[in-house]
Amino acid sequence: MTTSDVQLMLDVKAGDEASFDLLLRRYRTPLVNFLYRMVRDSATAEDLAQEVFLRVYRARKQYSPSAKFTTWLFRIATNLALNSIRDNRHRRMESSLDAPLDEEESAPRELPSGDMRIDEHMMERDRCDFIRRAIGALPEKQRVAVLLHKYEEMDYGEIARILECSESALKSLLFRAYETLRVQLAPLIAQPARPGAGEGRP
Amino acid sequence: MMKCEEVSKELIAYLDRRANSAERRDVEEHLLVCESCRARAVEFRKLWSVLEEVPVEEPSFGFDARLRQRIAAEPKRRWFQWFVPHPRLAFSIALLIALSVLVAKLPQPKSGSNLATVQAEDDQFQMIEHLGVLENYDMLSRSEVLAEVPPAAAPQTDQQTQEPDDGGGSL
Repeated sequence: MTTSDVQLMLDVKAGDEASFDLLLRRYRTPLVNFLYRMVRDSATAEDLAQEVFLRVYRARKQYSPSAKFTTWLFRIATNLALNSIRDNRHRRMESSLDAPLDEEESAPRELPSGDMRIDEHMMERDRCDFIRRAIGALPEKQRVAVLLHKYEEMDYGEIARILECSESALKSLLFRAYETLRVQLAPLIAQPARPGAGEGRP
Repeated sequence: MMKCEEVSKELIAYLDRRANSAERRDVEEHLLVCESCRARAVEFRKLWSVLEEVPVEEPSFGFDARLRQRIAAEPKRRWFQWFVPHPRLAFSIALLIALSVLVAKLPQPKSGSNLATVQAEDDQFQMIEHLGVLENYDMLSRSEVLAEVPPAAAPQTDQQTQEPDDGGGSL
């Protein structure tokens, strides 16, 4: 039987360093993935993930299990990611290098259209890149909602607590986000990469 | 029956099977009659498959080691820090106490000498207040008290020498 996150964190609070290692092993990949999809830079994502774990470690003595551990963990991660995105945006504005980066940020590139088959123009890597760009072009809050819903499979209550909004507001947010992605990724939806694809679950 | 706008709010929860039975029934009733929402629901399912194509990013090999290094570099709390969790606050309080003690220990002026100082200041003020009268020779010459003083005591100025009868000149 696996020990719960809360119990592990209480053990860390009591001075058990091995429990912290267990939490680290359990959440480093989901956290790095979440942060990478947020900031779209692997080095920054790793630095931020380290910072999240460091903050958890620093706060271990004050930890009280009032909420789910993952809610706390991903709220720290979300705040750090949003701050990093904003800092990065400020730096780019100051250095006046906005032209190429803005183009990259604003929307995914146009896919080839017309009579040409999509798989003639796009390798699998390009498809992934296109999907990442589409997610990255979502407004920040919508992006967080989609990542936590689709990739972390969190329930609505937990995501709502991380985003500090109501469940009802979250449902609207998710609908708008998926609707945008449905339009942006329409060429990929029309031509699935793998046979049998099309019965996806979040 | 639900309208399209109302369904849109519940559609995601319906598709990911997190809607409750009442919500499911409402959405299903709507999907039976609304072709566009039905098509959208099918596309959402396909979209979720597309989103799964993005591979998982694994942390780099040095991730754990770097984190342990950073944790090891964290300043350790010493035993006395359990009693003083906020060093800046503790320093401020200590400084405040020290200042209070210092101020309390400063020599205080005695009450008797304080009274004498007040009296002296009062005398000085009255003298200044009457200075104009004392400097007015005309008034002084009419004073009954000063009339008994021999004339030699009166001030000898050039003006008085030239006009001996005119006693109204002021200094």
